[in-house]
Amino acid sequence: MPGITREEVAHLARLSRLELQAEELDHFAEQLDVIIGAVARVSEVAGQDVPPTSHPLPLTNVMRADEVRPSLTPEQALSGAPASEEQRFRVPQILGED
Amino acid sequence: MTDLIRYTAAETATAIASGTVSAVEVAQAHLDRIDAVDKKVNAFLHVDTEGALAAARAVDAKRAKGEELGPLAGVPLALKDVFTTEGIPTTCGSKILEGWIPPYDATLTARLKDAGVVILGKTNMDEFAMGSSTENSAFGPTGNPWDLSRIPGGSGGGSAAALAAYEAPLAIGTDTGGSIRQPGAVTGTVGVKPTYGSVSRYGLVAFSSSLDQGGPCARTVLDAALLHEAIAGHDPLDSTSIDAPVPAVVAAAKMRDIRGMRIGIVKEFAGEGYQAGVMQRFHESVELLRELGAEVVEVSCPSFTLALPAYYLIAPSEASSNLARFDAMRYGLRVGDDGTRSAEDVTALTREAGFGDEVKRRIILGTYALSSGYYDAYYGSAQKVRTLISRDFDAAFAGVDVLISPTTPTTAFPIGERADDPMAMYLADLCTIPSNLAGNAAMSLPCGLAPEDNLPVGLQIIAPAMADDRLYRVGGAVEAALNDKWGHPLLEEAPAL
Repeated sequence: MPGITREEVAHLARLSRLELQAEELDHFAEQLDVIIGAVARVSEVAGQDVPPTSHPLPLTNVMRADEVRPSLTPEQALSGAPASEEQRFRVPQILGED
Repeated sequence: MTDLIRYTAAETATAIASGTVSAVEVAQAHLDRIDAVDKKVNAFLHVDTEGALAAARAVDAKRAKGEELGPLAGVPLALKDVFTTEGIPTTCGSKILEGWIPPYDATLTARLKDAGVVILGKTNMDEFAMGSSTENSAFGPTGNPWDLSRIPGGSGGGSAAALAAYEAPLAIGTDTGGSIRQPGAVTGTVGVKPTYGSVSRYGLVAFSSSLDQGGPCARTVLDAALLHEAIAGHDPLDSTSIDAPVPAVVAAAKMRDIRGMRIGIVKEFAGEGYQAGVMQRFHESVELLRELGAEVVEVSCPSFTLALPAYYLIAPSEASSNLARFDAMRYGLRVGDDGTRSAEDVTALTREAGFGDEVKRRIILGTYALSSGYYDAYYGSAQKVRTLISRDFDAAFAGVDVLISPTTPTTAFPIGERADDPMAMYLADLCTIPSNLAGNAAMSLPCGLAPEDNLPVGLQIIAPAMADDRLYRVGGAVEAALNDKWGHPLLEEAPAL
């Protein structure tokens, strides 16, 4: 099982929306290489014919009755927002200018 | 007044119900205690003096009117800062949520309030419950009341320390890989991870959704049982909540009879890395169980040796997805929004500034394990290991009623010792993780002090899913026998703060 490189960590950080500093990249790459080396042992079972378990409870499609119930007011829902305007979350620019 | 802080939750509730003491006096005694010692311990991130006194006054008013009080009415509690509390800050030990005031109560919070429990405040924790020492809190570490230079365990170190420091007789924790049981073990207190799905996760800020489980922390097994019954039960707001009756844990805690029970020692939880004094107290516990009339046998669960690697793939994978919600748009911190940056850049700058090292490491590790090319080898294999672990439990429970092991391989280590060595830190969860992966129930209770360092050792008891009552039956009997042997509860040997 291959280890992890500094470049891979930088790529994963971008995918994870983490603007890591250069020193952090060095440090994390080293630590993650050790961690991945240790956890890679699970691949011992990769070839075994064992069904995967994603969750301890075998529940599917848990539904509730479709009834109108009280919920948060717009003021409550927006109370933690870094910025809001006209009962909406105000966010930085998402699309380009043109 | 000092005595009030030493009462058990059961004694406190009885005293309040009989009118020997008022709920306000009890709350004030604990608030005074927090005021006196918490600068040293740092168990609390937020103390809600006004809210606690108001809740206590409501209990006193109810009693004055002759209304019936519940079994925990007026008992103070320390709540891990990972459950939402309407109008009270909830940080999860993270800068990214600093100052956030939730607009709603978690189901667990609402149930505590309905039971008349007096919530004193919110306790310190490893950021987003990731850690085994509470050193990963953005708001400074918590000290272990047995030795303030040592860790109180984690992630729920604040809750366990509050109990051991007599700042509260009850506390709430969450256990994803051992975060209730390991702090219980290293602080000489009792901690229970109930069966997955038996305590609602609605309003519990998610770390790893298929593993996270809220549960009771206390100084006695009976107190933990009383709290367990107050918080457990079906919740339609949590789609993974089990719709079945809660096992009768209070009755089980009072039984004090384990004659004829079959108990299995997990063979794999011993050997290299286990402190001699921890194993000594564990072996003495085994002898005690035999003296109490249980039949003790050794069982083998071979796949448990892969539990730690599987956990450190599954939990980070789920965390990388769950923590994507901290995007600087709807709540929490926002950094770098100066009108020139895109939403994506603001998100990345905010997460860089708002998350600590361990959270970043786990997000990257989880993203790696889930990425195409590695998914089958890592996440896929970890899920297979999860099946094998459940099968090992099933095979073991076909022959025994409960399993036992030490809760942690070592006693509390010094603050700073493992802070920059993630793998060494992860080893603290070696014995607790299998129960999270299988979703069954487990307890840690004190079983003595390790002779070499005079620090508490925890005995872990594991029961099949929805057989949580067996934990309390065994735990209650062991606790009573040990208290008889010592002449007092173990915690009385802790040095004064």
